[in-house]
Amino acid sequence: MSRSDNKLAFDGGWDYSPAPESTDHIDIAARYQLFIGGEFVKPESGKYFDSINPATEEKLARVADANEADVDKAVKAAREGYRVWSRMKPAERGKYIFRIARIMQERAREFAVIESLDGGKPIRESRDIDVPLAAAHFFYYAGWADKLEYAFPGRKARPLGVAGQIIPWNFPLLMAAWKLAPALACGNTVVLKPAETTPLTAMKLAEVIADAGLPPGVVNIVTGAGKTGAALVEHPGIDKVAFTGSTAVGRMIQKKLAGTNKKYTLELGGKAANIVFADAAIDQAVEGIVNGIFFNQGHVCCAGSRLLVQESVAEQVIDRLKDRMQTLRVGDPLDKNTDIGAINSKMQLEKIQSYLKIGKQEGGEMFQSNGRVPKKGYWCRPTIFSGVSQSSRVVQEEIFGPVLAIQTFRTFDEAVAKANNTPYGLSGGVWTDKGAKIFKMTQAMRAGVIWANTFNKFDPASPFGGYKESGVGREGGLHGLDAYVKLGAV
Amino acid sequence: MIPDLSKVAVVDEVGVNERVARFQTRSIKTASKIDALKLTLSMIDLTTLEGQDTPGKVQQLCQKAIHLHDSMPGLPHVAAVCVYPTMVGVAKKALAGTNINVASVATAFPSGMSAREVKLDDTRMAVEAGADEIDMVISRGAFLAGDYAFVADEIAAVKEACGDAHLKVILETGELGTLDRVRRASVLAMHAGADFIKTSTGKIQPAATMQVTLVMLQAIRDFYYETGRMIGMKPAGGISSSKLAIHYLVMLHETLGNAWMTPEWFRFGASSLANDVLMQLMKQSTGVYQSADYFSKD
Repeated sequence: MSRSDNKLAFDGGWDYSPAPESTDHIDIAARYQLFIGGEFVKPESGKYFDSINPATEEKLARVADANEADVDKAVKAAREGYRVWSRMKPAERGKYIFRIARIMQERAREFAVIESLDGGKPIRESRDIDVPLAAAHFFYYAGWADKLEYAFPGRKARPLGVAGQIIPWNFPLLMAAWKLAPALACGNTVVLKPAETTPLTAMKLAEVIADAGLPPGVVNIVTGAGKTGAALVEHPGIDKVAFTGSTAVGRMIQKKLAGTNKKYTLELGGKAANIVFADAAIDQAVEGIVNGIFFNQGHVCCAGSRLLVQESVAEQVIDRLKDRMQTLRVGDPLDKNTDIGAINSKMQLEKIQSYLKIGKQEGGEMFQSNGRVPKKGYWCRPTIFSGVSQSSRVVQEEIFGPVLAIQTFRTFDEAVAKANNTPYGLSGGVWTDKGAKIFKMTQAMRAGVIWANTFNKFDPASPFGGYKESGVGREGGLHGLDAYVKLGAV
Repeated sequence: MIPDLSKVAVVDEVGVNERVARFQTRSIKTASKIDALKLTLSMIDLTTLEGQDTPGKVQQLCQKAIHLHDSMPGLPHVAAVCVYPTMVGVAKKALAGTNINVASVATAFPSGMSAREVKLDDTRMAVEAGADEIDMVISRGAFLAGDYAFVADEIAAVKEACGDAHLKVILETGELGTLDRVRRASVLAMHAGADFIKTSTGKIQPAATMQVTLVMLQAIRDFYYETGRMIGMKPAGGISSSKLAIHYLVMLHETLGNAWMTPEWFRFGASSLANDVLMQLMKQSTGVYQSADYFSKD
């Protein structure tokens, strides 16, 4: 009897009743203003845009659309704030940052619900990963504030000035924490621009910052789309640009910054290889593949979007992966049992769908899990493509959705060659029972972060960043401080 | 007859722990909780395995199996009553006319440290006394010494001695030491003729854990992929709360799917679980917890 005759059935029968997280404890205003100089101010532009719940397509709030004049105001406020903040005793600065972390923990449930409403990610992830990690980043860097002389022994670390920080929509609060925490710890002040599809938790963070009593102008938040970001990057009053987003936009920023004195760090795209050797623990590797590509609907720059599996176990791995995919629950992001939430925006959904079409045209064999998805909202079932190769676009290009491209390899060297045959180099994964193979593989792979027998693990103490077109500089850990200081003699 | 154990997938304990933690974050509420609680009751092998067991004690346990909590209508009965071979006759009589099976441990339970012929006689005696199911123990010493052929032969011989009775093979995972060995022992037992594989005797700590149960469920799944044969699973020992039982059902549901979600393919070996489930069911219908004294302790 062949394996294909013996299928497991996961639909019908006992099922989980809806278990929605309640929303009665949160408060979303009808309108959000800009946060400049410690106050919520109306935009000079007079314009507002809608923030949409991608699971229902309903409007959540109107959010101020900052123009050049607004950005200019924010940068000036940050410059004012810098006078106070950069001269403050480092231990005092640390206290403010600790306070942000603590208030964020106290309001964790509220942050988690709003993050899921605004961005579509499952509440399990916003509750268990995004919000606790965001608080952990503030805690971690708060601790560094008065210990910079130990971070850079024998040198004097001085702040850079005003940092312009532009963050993406996939981890709105967490990326804000990644950017703000090290900048503030080192004595810089900040103008932060959240993504236009997910501005709400940043505005909640503005409330926390106000509650924490930070001096006016230390953190300023301007909402808007690409134009607002461009105005921030080009503003002459900025000393440092930190950007997380697509490689295309990163390239534009790099061009604009050429010839200026502004320092920059860029966290860009990725197309990570997740490599499964025949001697790996297969069931745990399948879990790792699932976590690698279906975490946060695949909206993860370090997602394991390319599976390289050794040919002798390929069928075994793919069969188990398919059955595992049937148990992933797609739907209401606020349901505690949801594994895969809503695609962040209509635009992103259309992009993903175009890649599904391309993958099929290229001759890839597409498999998607069964099961219903809600009528309204933006959804994509977990998807895998097998029978694709290095020449396929679904293998080469970042899809940023729950779509996995599967290839096989025969030898160690072939796996290395395929893994590195990409313009990206952000992350990677290795699955094997042999410790020596792990070290050999991680040294051969050109990627900033490589996980062994696990995937998508994050910690504030661990540096994160890319090789090649995946970015410039590192965030997190000791390395993350480096991007926010100029070093001189003691 | 012995499968190639070198081909059995290795197990990564860290990954197993993470997967188990994910099952535990599932939120089972309202209708799905009531269904799960009733399903749990129907999967229980109500057990007494003590040196001090008497006909009186076994009769009382059988009464409990039949009348779980008669003031609450619509309850299922448990799957089986599990006793020592000398008590099979008593249980069989007490359960006459019901659909509740009599399960008997055998093969020099719990250590299994006896000669093959003694173990087979033990099994035959229990079957002749009316046992519907036999829970045997593997020779852990032989398994740990690498004598897989001995273990497999023994299981096959006991299976033959069972006749029509179902055979559950107890791996005693608490004595195997690693998840890799749990997986290999599962494969061995299934190939040798087990109808069910079971974690523990309940006499050794740790008894059943979600980790070993997951590894055994995955071995069952692989066996099904290869042969098309379904094998049952019985975690036993240490599962005393409804909450934990529901976590096990979630794990079963997401590992083997719906076909296994019946007492035919999944059992809980437990003595105190039933009352906690009853208490939870009562709470679901009345909204308040009742005193433990409202539920019979047998």
